Amino acid sequence: MTTTATRNTLLPSVLPPATGRAGLRGAIASEFTKIRSVRSTYWTLAALLVVSIGIGAAITGGTAASFSHNPANKAAFDATQISLIAFFEIGQLIIAVIAAMAITSEYSTGMIRTSLTAQPRRGTVYAAKAIVLTSLTLIVSLITSFVAFFVGQALMSSTGVSASLFHSVTVPLNANVTCPGQGPQGPNGGGGLPPGCKAVFSGSYVIHPSTVLLAVIGCALFVTLVAVLAFGIGALVRHTAAAIAIAIAALFIIPVLEQALPNDWRWDIMRFLPDAANQVVSVTFGPSANPHLWSAWPQLGVTALWAAALLAAGGYLFRKRDA
Amino acid sequence: MIEVRGLTKRYGDKTAVDGLTFGIEPGKVTGFLGPNGAGKTTTMRCILGLDYPDAGTVTVDGRNYRDLGYPMREMGALLDAKAVHGGRSAYNHLLCLAQTNNLPKRRVGEVLELVGLAEVAKKRSKGFSLGMSQRLGIAATLLGDPKMLMFDEPVNGLDPEGILWIRNLMKALAAEGRTVFVSSHLMSEMESTADHLIVIGRGKLIADCSMADFIARSSGASVRVRTPMADDLIKALTAQGAITAIDDDGAVEVRGMTAEAVGDIAFEQAIRLHELTMVHASLEEAFMELTASSVEYHAGVPMAATASGSGG
Repeated sequence: MTTTATRNTLLPSVLPPATGRAGLRGAIASEFTKIRSVRSTYWTLAALLVVSIGIGAAITGGTAASFSHNPANKAAFDATQISLIAFFEIGQLIIAVIAAMAITSEYSTGMIRTSLTAQPRRGTVYAAKAIVLTSLTLIVSLITSFVAFFVGQALMSSTGVSASLFHSVTVPLNANVTCPGQGPQGPNGGGGLPPGCKAVFSGSYVIHPSTVLLAVIGCALFVTLVAVLAFGIGALVRHTAAAIAIAIAALFIIPVLEQALPNDWRWDIMRFLPDAANQVVSVTFGPSANPHLWSAWPQLGVTALWAAALLAAGGYLFRKRDA
Repeated sequence: MIEVRGLTKRYGDKTAVDGLTFGIEPGKVTGFLGPNGAGKTTTMRCILGLDYPDAGTVTVDGRNYRDLGYPMREMGALLDAKAVHGGRSAYNHLLCLAQTNNLPKRRVGEVLELVGLAEVAKKRSKGFSLGMSQRLGIAATLLGDPKMLMFDEPVNGLDPEGILWIRNLMKALAAEGRTVFVSSHLMSEMESTADHLIVIGRGKLIADCSMADFIARSSGASVRVRTPMADDLIKALTAQGAITAIDDDGAVEVRGMTAEAVGDIAFEQAIRLHELTMVHASLEEAFMELTASSVEYHAGVPMAATASGSGG
């Protein structure tokens, strides 16, 4: 079939001749332009940093202050987990919103029709979106996780039980409160130490830097997997509010409801929920690890399987459905 | 060259497009006419692969749209000017599209200049008027210097200046040898722009013919005559089988007879004429009659395809 020659009088320049075909590289460049050129990306990333680092600092600062009232609380203290809890519990939701919107905003604005007209090979568009989102989330999550960790540990440095990436830290296993003229009181509860009493520690557990590093990186990986999961949900439902609601249900509500189940079922089910990993990867104080869950990597694997399944299901429908 | 063969598309129970077949040739503006809901947008979505046909094929230069190497170099399509992310600037919107087809960055500035949006390039498109959005959409279609262009209701909601601009642009694009396919539900928009017409109603083809043919075949041509001797003229014309009527302004409207015949009869009868005019029914009326009957009579093809096969 011959093509009709067009002479160009409207546009000043002539395009270079085309070779090959539009592919993944161009699509990735395009998706990166898309994500960096809307304000919502910056707002949500700013929210992620404020929440993960700001709330993290409030929690760790408050914890350090409470130790001066009651040093007994230092027993079995997991300084790494407490510095990351705001990031992996609340930050994950903000990441889920960014991730879901990376695809649902194309539908809410109608942009998807324009995008798929420019690049009709939908698998390419979908893969590019997933790659750009995952890379961006991974980088941002790693930075957030490390900053939250270092800020938190700096605020708790006076306690003597803050965590370190560079040397081992010894944390007491138990604490008993001893008061003059009385026998040991047993572990103290929430309040401060009664006047004249003091905490007596027994046993110890050594936290190695490698365990801490795994927790900091593991939380970032967990949050990145949450992003992939939320992106898949977004592709499935194509609606921002619905996608976010489903993601919150999967990460927050189902785990809470699940706690109402009888114990012997509960733990068997819990291992297979997408959010269970964050209860393992963030733990550096070995004795307090949940014995019913698998260790960090298998548990992250469960989250990864959820993310992969939802990503694949979303991709299947993205290709199959009318846009 | 865009070819649609036996295209059928259903949404649930509703058949939006029903066995549609037509071809669109380069070098002219082809108008795609039909009342609202006739299936124009659906057809265009199927051409672009946004919707998957239930039956039939659609090819662009002999290939499926999704198999085109660089789709934006082949086809520039604007279905909905508001189908952009309003939070993104005009420049970044065009840039992200250009990048998908490895088009040079400088094209973005060039097309913005061409459509007159260079000054608002950095502004978010959320604040654009409909006219500006249309210009942005058209800029996007021109990024890849495509051989084919497709516009869905491009003048909807535009001011007269914008309408004129788009009409001239479409003509200029066709004059450069490109394929221009433009839909509308108003005949009046096509009258001065389109060289060829494809008319559909209820998802079926009603007419596929040149604009000239359409005008010639439009029923209801009449002859308007003004004369001080109206009664004599009417008597003479009805005797020859014409149908006459008196207009509001006193002129005689003659049907079933050419202007020449009316003039000759008047001359023979020595009837003085002050005006003798051939009057075409407006194309709008002809179009509405055509599409209305398609709804009633289930769309035969009253006008045979006259597409002359060239090139393509």
